[in-house]
Amino acid sequence: MAQMNMIQALNSAMDIALGRDPAVVVLGEDVGYFGGVFRVTDGLQRKYGQHRVLDTPIAEGGIIAAAIGMGVNGLRPVAEIQFADYIYPAYDQIVSELARLRYRSAGAFSAPVTIRTPCGGGIRGGQTHSQSPEALFAHVCGIKLVMPSNPYDAKGLLIAAIEDDDPVLFLEPKRLYNGPFDGDPGKPAVPWSTHPKGEVPDGHYTVPIGKADIVRAGSELTVISYGTMVHVAEAAAASLGLDAEVIDVRTFVPLDVETLVASVQKTGRCLIAHEATRFGGFGGELIATIQERCFWQLEAPIERVCGWDTPYPHAFEWEYFPGQARVAAALTRVMEAG
Amino acid sequence: MPRPSRLHVPRVPARPGEAPDFSYVPLSPAGAVLRPDVVAPTAEIASLSVNLIRVLDDDHCAVGPWNPHLDVDVLQVALRYMMLTRVFDDRMLRTQRQGKISFYMKSTGEEAVAIAAAMALRPSDMLFPSYRQQGLQFVRGASLVDLMCQLLSNTRDMCKGRQLPVMYHSVAGRTFSISGNLATQFPQAVGWAMAAAIKGEDNVAASWIGEGSSAEADFHHALLFASVYRAPVILNVVNNQWAISTFQGYAGGEQSSFAARGPGYGIPGLRVDGNDFLAVYAATEWAAERARKGAGATLIELVTYRAAAHSTSDDPSRYRPKEDAERWPLGDPVERLKGHLIAQGEWSDERHATLVVELEQQVAAAWAEAATYGTLTEGPRLDRDLMFEDVFKEIPAHLVEQRELLRRERS
Repeated sequence: MAQMNMIQALNSAMDIALGRDPAVVVLGEDVGYFGGVFRVTDGLQRKYGQHRVLDTPIAEGGIIAAAIGMGVNGLRPVAEIQFADYIYPAYDQIVSELARLRYRSAGAFSAPVTIRTPCGGGIRGGQTHSQSPEALFAHVCGIKLVMPSNPYDAKGLLIAAIEDDDPVLFLEPKRLYNGPFDGDPGKPAVPWSTHPKGEVPDGHYTVPIGKADIVRAGSELTVISYGTMVHVAEAAAASLGLDAEVIDVRTFVPLDVETLVASVQKTGRCLIAHEATRFGGFGGELIATIQERCFWQLEAPIERVCGWDTPYPHAFEWEYFPGQARVAAALTRVMEAG
Repeated sequence: MPRPSRLHVPRVPARPGEAPDFSYVPLSPAGAVLRPDVVAPTAEIASLSVNLIRVLDDDHCAVGPWNPHLDVDVLQVALRYMMLTRVFDDRMLRTQRQGKISFYMKSTGEEAVAIAAAMALRPSDMLFPSYRQQGLQFVRGASLVDLMCQLLSNTRDMCKGRQLPVMYHSVAGRTFSISGNLATQFPQAVGWAMAAAIKGEDNVAASWIGEGSSAEADFHHALLFASVYRAPVILNVVNNQWAISTFQGYAGGEQSSFAARGPGYGIPGLRVDGNDFLAVYAATEWAAERARKGAGATLIELVTYRAAAHSTSDDPSRYRPKEDAERWPLGDPVERLKGHLIAQGEWSDERHATLVVELEQQVAAAWAEAATYGTLTEGPRLDRDLMFEDVFKEIPAHLVEQRELLRRERS
């Protein structure tokens, strides 16, 4: 075991994948010599060479298309899109090509591409470096969709993603790269070394794709979240002294419906918290899924706390971000209803 | 007084009711273009993207440095493939008109583009076609019945009913799944070629798009990545003048050739007579050899004419002169190769007519068999459970649930 932040954990995952399987290649903007703008691929080109860790042109559509072709020709590419906000030029290649290749060719062709991309706000990134586009990809058939909330899961899920024969979009909440974050930007930064999930095995292990994680078991209500908001929601529930069951979704597609439903059937109350905008957000899918299966056990309407339906504003980052106060208010409403 | 800027609208040479006008197509005499060494620096061979590489002259003779000097039996095989493509296309159009298949796209007038390239490449080379290179499938050994079953979306459909007609694929024939979204395969072919180079293999990739879809960003990504990594790939732009109703000028063909996009990216561009089997063969052979010697990609513009409608949903008489195709200055690819063989005393009108009948019988027999596996209107149908397979490698729980819901809905 070692202490790792999420950057080191992700780096270790790729290091292990590159070392174990000669078919694995890493490609993206600034990922090679420089090691990535967030240092996630630091040292990998030096260790594995320029044919395994490739710097690419600034062309996200080209990066994903090339990764698809490589995947069809027997490689296992790990493509980095420098910010999730920059993924849209590759949208057609992801949605129409990567996700549907196996289906349209009845299994004759497929490409085991993993796409890593940092997402989410809280780093003063403004509207072009803060987006959480998970809902735009959750709607697509044929690509798995993952977001870790801590270093241990990040490494295990990334190795699982690279080894998966289906394409995986791997969203990395960049506010969590260097430490857990409870939503208060005024507090001193906390390193991952203070958190149990900052303990990461050095070697190979996987965290299964398609399994949610019960971060905190509880009986009074279920709080469903993912990414940065897992930590915010946990802190908000604790501040109210609630015995909340906090669940980290971890995988959007395929969704671990069983774990979510079992929890809400037990607690009878549910709050969903995500950073992405509300309208058409993944929270809507979660609410529908739970409502269909838990209606007669519910003691209060399911609420959701989200980012506002605006672009992520630079000057009002913390008014936009669904911090502890907004989560706590919603928790109180859910607990007082019914 | 200087004139204010004025929006330029590309000129379409002729509309219905007007006389065909192909004065906009720059031609070179057969044999006039030099054939450089395959590893010549791009900057020294930029003229190849302007002039037109041609081998067959007006007297049906193969002339000049690009003559690939193919044996007569190879040429006869090529003619047979091209004629098979045409017979197949004609027959499948009729089946669509009879309501047996939903949709079809002919490649009439462009048969040499696919047949010559496929014959010039090795079986281990990987092909990333668009939807109008059905000739590749024939050369790569696809059975007529298999292709027809795809068109029929029937119980033997290679795509299990998931794709529009003509979106074939073949693992054994190394032809990639056709998308239907335009140009996406172009940069994928480059990625495939990059992987071949990473693995140290000497296979090349080849891809085809229309001049119309060269407007997509994917085209430019393909050229850029091919240039940056010197990928062993042959990028073919089939300039058949028309993207449904949109003339090639709207894809940027008015200001420069499509081949000329190559030198801009540091890649040789070859402008080739796409209706000249020998010229297409020679250009492909040159590009493949260049790629295998590590000198990287080549962009080939195949100047041809889409003699048929875009698809069975299109009526070209509404936007171009009816007699356009017969006035196309580069003629018909089948007639030109036929003329070349006759000029050598290796073919005749009688043999040609006999072969047409033979191919029609072959296609008819294949159709009779394919139809026994089901058509749109009669016979066996695919199991609808298949709808839920291959979204992922293994069926996830939510699709198992939906499959069960559909079963109940239909029981």
